[in-house]
Amino acid sequence: MMPLLAVNSIGEYLVSLDFSESIAFTIAASIHVGLVLTFFGVAPLIFIWLERKVAGRIQDRLGPTRVGGRFGWLQTLADGVKLIQKEDLCPEEADKMLFRVSPYLVFVASFGAFIALPFGNGFVAQNLEVGLFFILALMSLEVLGVVFAGYSSGSKWALFGGMREAAQVVSYEIPMAICALIPVITAGTLNLVEIGHLQAGLFTNWLVLNSPFTFFAFFVYFTVATASVKRAPFDLAEAESELVAGFHTEYSGIRWSYFFMAEYASMFAVSGIATFLFLGGWHDGLGLIDLLDKKLELTANGWIGQYIVNVIGLAIFITKGTGLVFFQMWVRWTLPRLRIDQVMMTCLKYLLPISCALFLGATVWPLAIYSVLPKHRTVFSLFGNPTPIGDRLYRKPAVAKVVEKTVKLEPIAETTSVPAAELHGKVQPKAH
Amino acid sequence: MTGHQLLFSIFALTTCGGALAVVLSQNVVRMAFWLIISLGASAGLFFLLNADFVGTAQLLVYVGGTLVLLVFGVMLTASGPFSDFKTRPGETFMAGIVALSLLLMMVFTVCSVDWKKVVAATNQGVPISTAQSVATGFNDSEEGNTARPLGMALLGIRVDHGIDSGANANRIGYLLPFEIASMHLLVVLIGAAYLARAKRRVQEI
Amino acid sequence: MDLNCSLFVGAVLFVAGVVCMATKRNGIGVLMGVELVLNAANLNFVAFANYTRLGLDGQVFSLFVIVLAAAEAAVALAIALSFYNNHLTIDVDKANQLQG
Repeated sequence: MMPLLAVNSIGEYLVSLDFSESIAFTIAASIHVGLVLTFFGVAPLIFIWLERKVAGRIQDRLGPTRVGGRFGWLQTLADGVKLIQKEDLCPEEADKMLFRVSPYLVFVASFGAFIALPFGNGFVAQNLEVGLFFILALMSLEVLGVVFAGYSSGSKWALFGGMREAAQVVSYEIPMAICALIPVITAGTLNLVEIGHLQAGLFTNWLVLNSPFTFFAFFVYFTVATASVKRAPFDLAEAESELVAGFHTEYSGIRWSYFFMAEYASMFAVSGIATFLFLGGWHDGLGLIDLLDKKLELTANGWIGQYIVNVIGLAIFITKGTGLVFFQMWVRWTLPRLRIDQVMMTCLKYLLPISCALFLGATVWPLAIYSVLPKHRTVFSLFGNPTPIGDRLYRKPAVAKVVEKTVKLEPIAETTSVPAAELHGKVQPKAH
Repeated sequence: MTGHQLLFSIFALTTCGGALAVVLSQNVVRMAFWLIISLGASAGLFFLLNADFVGTAQLLVYVGGTLVLLVFGVMLTASGPFSDFKTRPGETFMAGIVALSLLLMMVFTVCSVDWKKVVAATNQGVPISTAQSVATGFNDSEEGNTARPLGMALLGIRVDHGIDSGANANRIGYLLPFEIASMHLLVVLIGAAYLARAKRRVQEI
Repeated sequence: MDLNCSLFVGAVLFVAGVVCMATKRNGIGVLMGVELVLNAANLNFVAFANYTRLGLDGQVFSLFVIVLAAAEAAVALAIALSFYNNHLTIDVDKANQLQG
């Protein structure tokens, strides 16, 4: 009934407490939005502090040291308070309405990506079947806000920044989507939680080690993702040395900080996708998490333990994601910025053909293993389970039931009357 | 009013309001902005109508792709900053009358059909959610998860009609239209690049 | 929520698109009208797929419409750019060279 609201566990819990359905789902949705918004707000605070520390260390400085004790913990918070107090300027030349709205467009697009991004086994605001597709779609909307910000500022620097951003992001979206599809055709699903479940056990099950193609796809994906969230060395949209500050030249105060919150949150979003698609999601790589989870499933009050295991999984996922974000920062402060023509050439002449070749290779690889190398199949099966596309779908135990049930399908009038509770009964366990 | 109805009305109002703002605004860039609002909200309507995949494709292809292209085009062809093309008052008046009569005609048509009877007459398949939860083993219980059934429909396996029903006897599916569409896209890509490239030699003469 | 509401939204989108096509003199504005009309059709396809028992055909159709609309926008934009290169304007009323 409510794909947008479907926050099944809290919602169903509240329904079982005799709340009316709409109130229960509204409360559940607000809780989910609150949790995601908290992460969305807190993560950039930490990442900005981390970025300044990393930049400082790489440039042989100390970075922030004063605010909030020895390590400058509260530096970003102090900066945030300063930004909120600043005057909300709007230039004379600007198209006022668009100028005011475009930071929110960027913010909403980046925040929307977190709706479908899982933070662990079942920790997801909305477990969409098309989760990956949805995240990529929403993150592609960020560019619109940037282009509008650039255009409506009424400044040539901002306009240049906006145009560069449009050209760059539209081009880089293509190899990014293709590279994200490579693990998808290996896994046979677009649902990130399912992709995470497939990588249980030892780290050899991680999709990055599944085949040579997924291995290279990881690096191509990460490069392209860095470019598509406009981080250095691809930050042509705000190239300080050429364009003052690019598309946000005219912005100040809280609206300016929206752009930055969105940028740091998208850094984490693309890193989170990379973690789920290639690096095993919430799994630790030694199989401990699954072992605990399976053991606890059999015991009487195991759900408490399972919940704790899930929280550990969440911590592992966030650690992996933060590690990738740290890598992006490292790259930013190490490599010089490219020129705009070099950026476009890198994408269209190199990354796009490479990702297409990898995509074709990843399609052929499992078939090749099955047909050409039947004897060595056991060797390869050490590295994940390379199955031909769609094979996994039909080998599911559910399929035996499928055929049985379809034969006995009732007339429509009766199948429609399946109560909603029964349909929702089989939802994956969600842990909050 | 259930939550579903509330969300539906919010998205429907945003869609209609955005579309009206596209018509009424004179500045092209603002038109593009309102078009984004309208099409984005209609993606929300698709989600509410149990079409997750179509809604996401709308966001990715339409809003994230086509509209960026449009905004890009607007900026490349704007002769001055924030250039306006005014519509004459007479035109606006005429257009308003035509629009109102067209809208009334369509609303009247929709109201005059007894949809319950029509729906009852089209009883061919099983509801999508039930059908696909039966046919595919994955994550089956939420409605709107049509990605897998759509992919199978492209290959000619119609889970929404029941796997063993007559609809699957001749497995053609939508593969041919799909291939034609992809060839079409390739041709369009080449053609658009050819049309839009700068023809400097012509301008020199 | 029944079928009628979706059809009403579709009707409003369609009318807005038609008016946009008819009254805008900016070539790209006309293109935006076309997008609105196609989106109205899409909405109706999806609504019929949801409220009737016809199955997934409506959703498949709307996918094709989305893809072909992207192609249409690319070609129309290329034409608009080419027109702008030759006439230094994008006012469709200025495209009257064939009026004799």
